[in-house]
Amino acid sequence: MKPEFKIISDLISKESRVLDVGCGDGILMEFLIKEKNVDVRGIEISKSKAQNCISKGLTIIEGNAEKDLEQFPDNSFDYVVLSQTLQAFLDPEKVINELLRIGKQAIVTIPNFGYWKIRLHLLLKGTMPVTRTLPDEWYNTPNIHLCTIKDFVFFSKKNKFKLSKSLALRHNRPSLIKDKNLDIKNLSSNLGIFLIER
Amino acid sequence: MNAIEKLKTLLIDKPLKLDCGQTISDFPLAYETYGSLNENKDNAILIFHALTGDQFVTGSNPVTNKDGWWSFAVGPNKAIDTNKYFVICANVIGGCMGSFGPSHENPKTKKIYGTDFPVITINDMVNAQINLLDFFKIKKLFSVVGGSMGGMQVLQFVSNYPDRTKTAVPIACTSSHSAQNIAFNELGRQAIAADHNWLDGKYTSKNIVPDKGLAVARMAAHITYLSKKGLQEKFGRKLQERDDLKFGFDADFQIESYLRYQGSVFVDRFDANSYLYITRAMDYFDLAKQYNGNLSNAFKKTKAKFFIISFTSDWLYPTQENKDIVIALNAIGANVGFVEIESDKGHDSFLLDVPDFLKTLKNFLDKSYTEI
Repeated sequence: MKPEFKIISDLISKESRVLDVGCGDGILMEFLIKEKNVDVRGIEISKSKAQNCISKGLTIIEGNAEKDLEQFPDNSFDYVVLSQTLQAFLDPEKVINELLRIGKQAIVTIPNFGYWKIRLHLLLKGTMPVTRTLPDEWYNTPNIHLCTIKDFVFFSKKNKFKLSKSLALRHNRPSLIKDKNLDIKNLSSNLGIFLIER
Repeated sequence: MNAIEKLKTLLIDKPLKLDCGQTISDFPLAYETYGSLNENKDNAILIFHALTGDQFVTGSNPVTNKDGWWSFAVGPNKAIDTNKYFVICANVIGGCMGSFGPSHENPKTKKIYGTDFPVITINDMVNAQINLLDFFKIKKLFSVVGGSMGGMQVLQFVSNYPDRTKTAVPIACTSSHSAQNIAFNELGRQAIAADHNWLDGKYTSKNIVPDKGLAVARMAAHITYLSKKGLQEKFGRKLQERDDLKFGFDADFQIESYLRYQGSVFVDRFDANSYLYITRAMDYFDLAKQYNGNLSNAFKKTKAKFFIISFTSDWLYPTQENKDIVIALNAIGANVGFVEIESDKGHDSFLLDVPDFLKTLKNFLDKSYTEI
């Protein structure tokens, strides 16, 4: 289980309605059912992963979140979760807007491209960084819209999204991101976790 | 005909008002069951058959002596596990495997109905079959399952009887017959009507059958059940028991011979007038129209858990039409899952040994059953 799942779960209130966008094998969904007794649905693009979710008894829709989020009515979920997939969308801006339309709140996690190891990799090796959270080569990576924690904070401000909670993850330990420590968190953390509202 | 007379039949004395305006009563509904109903009566699955199916889902069909139409999916330890579930399947009204249909005698005129049989709809089929639940004293089914026209019945069932099933599995179907669907059905009907043995539907009285027309109808329909890729891989341009083209109109190609065979075996087991009536019922199916153009409203009253399955190569009821049902359900926050199964076998995939499909169906049912 990804370490961020516990933190995501802590952001979610009991017995709420949750949509997990890009739910993969449904591990977060199962965890949320166990921890928070939520009514959770998933969307997953991979056929085998979607079928795997069905075998676990999870309610899942095979589909492409880029276009299939349209079918959900406004405010139909308490939370919409997007765990480390924003960077893979063609149009992340549109996707975030969709998340905030469907969900009263959205939880978005991003691999932080501003993490010092990534910066160092590019600085010293001069090639596109390959890390544990970003294991693909430049030519086969699904991650076409990578950003830093700082980028995401600026993006949210520009779009007037309210960041109800911003967390940075370092060595699997979360800490709060504030305006005055933004530069440090952007350098020291490998993952950003944001609870967003419109 | 002897085998037909021995079929299990429920005589429905409750009058049924059909969509066409006529009311029928004291009519037979032929059905079959598999597995056993448990004490709580909460393990029953009602399976709806497709256009040319019947109540003999699995095992051996005593009339045709062939395997049941869904033997890949239904049976002990199979996707629909008859060790666990009590499976019920009825022949649709309008059909020709014992249920009230155009080959029955009209008690008023003492003549075979033929085309005097009332036009029936998917709604009528489902309303006839609800009597089976009352007969078995089942308050709530565990599931309703069906592919193609069977899937349409699943959708209609849940909208008519929102509290009478816990889960619903419409497979490779649509909520509304498209112009293309209607076009292919019309082609089949016209092929039957063009057969001079059809006699405006009165062929039975002359002891003949419009077998040529019905065979052509089946051939045309059969093509729509397969994918281009599937056909190409299976037949390509392979020749039928010959080394070269014969420059004539015999079946030179294997695909021609295959289709002719499919047509010829079909006429032995299916009634031409039933084919007209059932295709008509499919064409009339438009669930959204029943709810003022809003498909979501068809499902507003149900708490059933839906699982919708489509197939990549199905161009008769393509994924998008299945997804439209998913969208309508999501629009009202219903509990709906959906997968599209990869298969080259076209619309027929749901009847065939497609392991991903059978495994996923089994997983859904068995997991949902443990939640009861």
